[in-house]
Amino acid sequence: MKYDVIIIGGGVIGCSILRRLSLTNQRVLLLEKGSDVAVGASRANSGIVHAGYDAEVGTLKARLNVKGAAMFMDLHRQLEFPYVNTGSLVLANKEGLNGLYGLLNKGIINGVPDLKLLSRKELLDIEPNIADDIAFGLYAPTAGIVSPYELTVCLAENAIVNGATVNTDEEVVFIKKNADTYSVKTNRCAYSCTVLINCAGAGAADIDKLAGEKVPRMTYKRGDYYVLDESEYTKYRHPCFPLPNSNGKGILVTPTADGNILVGPTSIKVADGYCTGIGSEGLKQIRENSSKIVKGLDFRKVIRVFAGVRSGIGDDFVIESGMNPDYIKVEGINSPGLSASPAIAEYVVDELMLASSVNVVYKDDVMVYKRKPLARELPEDELHDLIKEHSEFSKVVCRCEKITEGDLDAVLNSPLPPKTLDAVKRRARAGMGRCQGGFCTLRLMELLAERYGVSIDDVTKSGEGSNVILCDIYNDPHMV
Amino acid sequence: MIDFDVVIIGGGPAGMAAALSAIKQDVSVLLIERDKRLGGVLQQCVHNGFGLHYFNEELTGTEYAERFEQSVLSSSVKVMLDSFVIDIKADKTLTVMSAEEGIVHISAKSIVLAMGCRERPAGAIAIAGDRPCGVWTAGFAQKLCNIKGKLVGKRIVILGSGDIGLIMARRMTYSGAKVLMVCEIMPYSGGLKRNIVQCLEDNDIPLYLSTTITDIVGKKRVEGVHIAQVDSKMNVIESTKRYIECDSVLLSIGLIPENELIRDIGVEMSRITQGAVVDETRQTSISGIYSCGNVLHVHDLVDNVSREGELAGYHAALYAKSSEPLGNKKYKVIASEGVRYALPQLINAENIVGDGSGTVKLFFRVGGVYSNSAVVVKCEGREILRRPKPVFSPGEMESVVLKTKDITGDIYIGIENLPHN
Repeated sequence: MKYDVIIIGGGVIGCSILRRLSLTNQRVLLLEKGSDVAVGASRANSGIVHAGYDAEVGTLKARLNVKGAAMFMDLHRQLEFPYVNTGSLVLANKEGLNGLYGLLNKGIINGVPDLKLLSRKELLDIEPNIADDIAFGLYAPTAGIVSPYELTVCLAENAIVNGATVNTDEEVVFIKKNADTYSVKTNRCAYSCTVLINCAGAGAADIDKLAGEKVPRMTYKRGDYYVLDESEYTKYRHPCFPLPNSNGKGILVTPTADGNILVGPTSIKVADGYCTGIGSEGLKQIRENSSKIVKGLDFRKVIRVFAGVRSGIGDDFVIESGMNPDYIKVEGINSPGLSASPAIAEYVVDELMLASSVNVVYKDDVMVYKRKPLARELPEDELHDLIKEHSEFSKVVCRCEKITEGDLDAVLNSPLPPKTLDAVKRRARAGMGRCQGGFCTLRLMELLAERYGVSIDDVTKSGEGSNVILCDIYNDPHMV
Repeated sequence: MIDFDVVIIGGGPAGMAAALSAIKQDVSVLLIERDKRLGGVLQQCVHNGFGLHYFNEELTGTEYAERFEQSVLSSSVKVMLDSFVIDIKADKTLTVMSAEEGIVHISAKSIVLAMGCRERPAGAIAIAGDRPCGVWTAGFAQKLCNIKGKLVGKRIVILGSGDIGLIMARRMTYSGAKVLMVCEIMPYSGGLKRNIVQCLEDNDIPLYLSTTITDIVGKKRVEGVHIAQVDSKMNVIESTKRYIECDSVLLSIGLIPENELIRDIGVEMSRITQGAVVDETRQTSISGIYSCGNVLHVHDLVDNVSREGELAGYHAALYAKSSEPLGNKKYKVIASEGVRYALPQLINAENIVGDGSGTVKLFFRVGGVYSNSAVVVKCEGREILRRPKPVFSPGEMESVVLKTKDITGDIYIGIENLPHN
């Protein structure tokens, strides 16, 4: 099949570019080797839209972060993914004032608006649970929190309703440069395209190699995180950072757009982008360091731990045309990649693609796909009427998050329907609450099996090789 | 707004017993259950060992539930199935979401909380390593096995020696899987002795005490786990670390009362039981709101859950009829040396209600294994009860019966080591 543009990689960057291209005359396909979008670094990060004072002056990171952060509110209004413009705080004790000034100055040069140094008293007014020896803070009102996987899914869904194609479970295994096209083969199909965009995240170097482009040296750092129960949510109102050090932004405490508290990440060098196993030493480090900036963290309220890997190339993003102007590299997008994502998409489509062989023209008519609100978000009288019409909206499947069968039906019939339990969880939060799916997993399996006309034996947690059920007691010849 | 005298939330063993006991007092009773059938978790308990105390015969969990279900359905208790309580207010009004009726507002004279408990998930203990498919709570594996006839794995390591884990060790073995071991981080088991004998020892499944899983290995699916012993401070002893190949990990690491519904209405809660603080009638700190069963404190035996449900249901009905709160003055029941918690935590001072026979039954759990010891209950410096026992262990809920006439002030309950003879 022939496309104008193929994007490799369905993370937040690939999907941001996909969504932007779907608003143009380009026929565009996204290939993702995972069973869903947002299954790499985009699902396992801090979920923070940084203001942009942290990135080094003059870098792509600085420019695209500040610009991206400014684009988030509009994007949120259009697409309605979970995003809150909370503002952020860098917290320091009295020795840290110079460090805060350093950040403030860098932020001003980077163009971050409205940065402000706050005294302890001013901090306490907006963030009551800061640690006792915190004396000063840097307040960045343009920062916010976002659900990175819901954003990514939302971008993909909106691209699809505007004519783009997203193929998951397709791993690119072969790329050939022809006279004026690329041939791309996956484990399932063969395609061709004019422009190829590498957004493969942790796998970016592998794709460059297949495409005969210069292969970058990548570095990988794992970040471990704790997720605390929603009962802790009201304790902290802003993403709270310590002063950054050579190893990154340090261990932060933040509310999430999903209504939990996140504590982390560590920054531990690992061998590749898929080393997401958590280290117990990392968890210990988080517990010890988080209390330096805030108090009252209750690690008995932990509902989950996870880790993500930040894949980097040198110190800055690599966003450029390759040896061939029809090959575009969007690589080494570690922090603040999520914050910069809308600006990265704009930069790629509106600037880098000018040098390519395709002529990008924005369409006049744009479709917006808005998800139905969850039953729990409706006012009582509306919910009552809805249940009277569709009783599935009264059947609570996930009781921790109060997600009903009606909500799940809607999600299972969305433009990019979830194929796995994890994909359902990322879209509808079912299984994400304090019981972590103990009660609802079986029902979710039944709903997935019904949707795809398969048996519950075929339902997986995260794609091929992760079936929940390993055998049927009555039909397995090896069983008694 | 629909009015009822007594509204019971949860149609498991506690709620069904409460409903049956309340209805005998000639009040209107509503039992609300979110599932399509009554019975709660008993519906997936196909093993036996239920009812020995309550019915004086040994039943399976499903049989036990069915007896109560039949009685409820043939009584005048109004049952709402497929109905989910969204909200309770301190004035005892409830908002319920029901398949048939949409959103319903209900006003109750008294409420019995009987929502049961949930299993602690893997995330709560933050196991290091990968997060592949194949790590499940024992209860989930039980549901899949007993209701669907499917197994989550064939080579299984169980972490935690709670009763559901022990029961599932046996059940998975009987179903053809290989249960390699049960690891328990504590130096003692958290389950009933009878389950350790019948589920593990009878099936040659080893129980490793002071042992935990340090990390899980496997990208898509569990491929194995590292286990290691821990020292007395729970630190992993690195030299004991070893790799066990398996395809699944089942967790039986504790049960947590499901009290989220009352989180914001000001019911006084116990940090130890994670349930409400109650008096001997199972009334909470809000007059007319009662709590019973596993939502109050986690029980080992369903027989005790049913008895507690009856107690709470009875008093909720009396309250609905009279609406007169008991006196405000209450004696405290204080868990001292060796006792982790005792329940009820309060006893009415002015008019001890007891159980009608001039006695009050105190339930308690110890905080460690105590051999050659006695439970001692004191009131105003006097010893009012002493009962020696060869072994007290945290996995077994114990009880003592106090005479109401002996209760003249705060009660202290503790464990005393007996001198060796």
